[in-house]
Amino acid sequence: MVQKLEQVETQTKKEEYLLEVKGLKKYFDVTEGLFKKERQYLRAVDNIDFFVRQGETLGIVGESGCGKSTTGNLIMQLLDKTEGEIIFEGVDLSKLKGEALRKKRAEIQMIFQDPFSSLNPRMRVFDIIAEPLKTHGVAKGKELENQVYELMDVVGLDRSYARRYPHEFSGGQRQRIGIARAIALKPKLIICDEPVSALDVSIQSQILNLMSKLQKEFQLTYIFIAHGLPAVKHISDRVAVMYLGKIVEITTKEKLFDQPLHPYTEGLLAAVPIPDPTLRDQKHRIIIEGDMPSPANPPSGCRFHTRCPYAQDKCRSEEPSLIEEKPDHFVACHFPLEKGHGVLIEK
Amino acid sequence: MTEALLEVKDLKTYFHTENGVVPSVDGVSFSIKKGETIAVVGESGSGKSVTSLSIMGLVGSPGKIVDGKILFEGKDLTTISNRDMRKLRGNEIAMIFQEPLTSLNPLFTVGNQISESIKLHQKASKEEAKVKSIEMLRKVGIPRPEKVYSSYPHMLSGGMRQRVMIAMALSCNPKLLIADEPTTALDVTIQAQILQLMRNLIHENDTSIMLITHDLGVVAEMVDTVIVMYAGQVVEYTDVYTIFKEPKHPYTKGLLDSTPKIHELKDELQSIEGTVPAPGTITKGCRFQTRCPLATSKCFSEEPELKEIRPNHQVRCWLHEEGEVAI
Repeated sequence: MVQKLEQVETQTKKEEYLLEVKGLKKYFDVTEGLFKKERQYLRAVDNIDFFVRQGETLGIVGESGCGKSTTGNLIMQLLDKTEGEIIFEGVDLSKLKGEALRKKRAEIQMIFQDPFSSLNPRMRVFDIIAEPLKTHGVAKGKELENQVYELMDVVGLDRSYARRYPHEFSGGQRQRIGIARAIALKPKLIICDEPVSALDVSIQSQILNLMSKLQKEFQLTYIFIAHGLPAVKHISDRVAVMYLGKIVEITTKEKLFDQPLHPYTEGLLAAVPIPDPTLRDQKHRIIIEGDMPSPANPPSGCRFHTRCPYAQDKCRSEEPSLIEEKPDHFVACHFPLEKGHGVLIEK
Repeated sequence: MTEALLEVKDLKTYFHTENGVVPSVDGVSFSIKKGETIAVVGESGSGKSVTSLSIMGLVGSPGKIVDGKILFEGKDLTTISNRDMRKLRGNEIAMIFQEPLTSLNPLFTVGNQISESIKLHQKASKEEAKVKSIEMLRKVGIPRPEKVYSSYPHMLSGGMRQRVMIAMALSCNPKLLIADEPTTALDVTIQAQILQLMRNLIHENDTSIMLITHDLGVVAEMVDTVIVMYAGQVVEYTDVYTIFKEPKHPYTKGLLDSTPKIHELKDELQSIEGTVPAPGTITKGCRFQTRCPLATSKCFSEEPELKEIRPNHQVRCWLHEEGEVAI
């Protein structure tokens, strides 16, 4: 009886997350040759856990090949996971089928990196934005028209552009079309995969500001996947850093950029050029040597040990797990930094 | 003041297309001193890459340099013969490009491609060229250079390929290195390695560098002087500290305000409305008129000149017509 009570208590105490990812894995079979007995796998995402709170923006950063886009595609159900759970509003998405999955899916949308290849070149702007509304039977006729025009207003596209084709637009405007399409069904979660990396700075800031505005207006939750740290820092509340298929650190933006615990995060921050020439010589320069190893053949122990300036014997043999080193600050490192150098400069 | 290594005077490179003449570079002037690192910044379509290709003599049809001078150590590159240009290119002026995979020949080994220019320009024998090539590869921080020497480009990672490009560009000790977005395609940790390498090279060889980029972070860390280009013209031209502290052109200010500040906890982003106009579409007045928050009626009727508002600070804007104003 007592035990039961306790259980109930812990359950109610536990925060309700919009999305929770548990032990997620995605292995790609890269075995060459037909008759090999042993299969070879590329571990794009290898056992990651994280959660996203309602209304926040979780940034996922990392260099090419770290598995950040694969993670986004897995949540979106564009790829089948190898193992693990993706729990959205308390329901494991992979257990849903048919109509139930279709409905849930409408609540998760995606904005892609390349606004050139993610818009059908043969469809007019109006039809691109109307498509999700039609397929999910939300609106038709005059009502559909109104909704599409409203969406165009919201993202800052002139209504007169409705009859045009995607190729007539610049990159920034195309990204606005993609955003209008993504918010058409009033989703709860939007996965943004490098939404601004292909754009010029002045356009980048337009899109980032638009995304912040929409987040407030429609209570959206974002997962913002990018390799550019300045944009991630600007928009995120919390940030996860990935390296070779693993999350190595996850915490609030303030903590991550001010006092990172993982040596990789520290190196990543030090590598970002600061747009202020007077800070040139004050900057803490740690240069991470070498290239990222192949995810098909990751190093033993801690995957970062081959490039880590502080690596010790334990790091080569034993894999660290992601633990809560400080409140709301998770890190996967045997020897978390005591005084990690961040990039924030007090003014 | 040391003499200029490169002097570009009123350069005009136009593209003659079916839809009329497109003035991609329209009256650009600047100079680079020996050992100086200069950045050309601007958004896509501002003419920064065409400027660099014009200097290299690599503007292809339908583009053509229609006016202006490019003086390299006093010689005008727009009038010299192709034969003389070939002697300079790759020898005294070298260039590295954004995407190393497309600029390396996939059918030849790395060693073959590096030693080619050494053999050609330095009149070295095959053996000497090989020794020199391996030495260059080692210098740019490539591990096991002997092995990389006989590798093909596809076998290397992006960072390694960019190092190979740099090794190749520097193999003949050029006086001027033009780097067009050299780190844009690279991951940030690799970018830091390449920038460090370039910094070392500046110190060791006194090479002048013309860096074309849109990343103001890279500009802040690397260069001495900044040229801001907009729609084919120079709109502001001064030293790096002044550009960041006291930008005088509304476009420069807009660029700075729309750059996320990674070192500040709270960074508000301002944005410049609209997009860069296609070259040649604005025929009257200032080319930034449609996006400028401070535009007056004069900006729509008359085109401003690039004017020196104080020593070594040039701005193309009507705001400072009667002396400098704060923006």
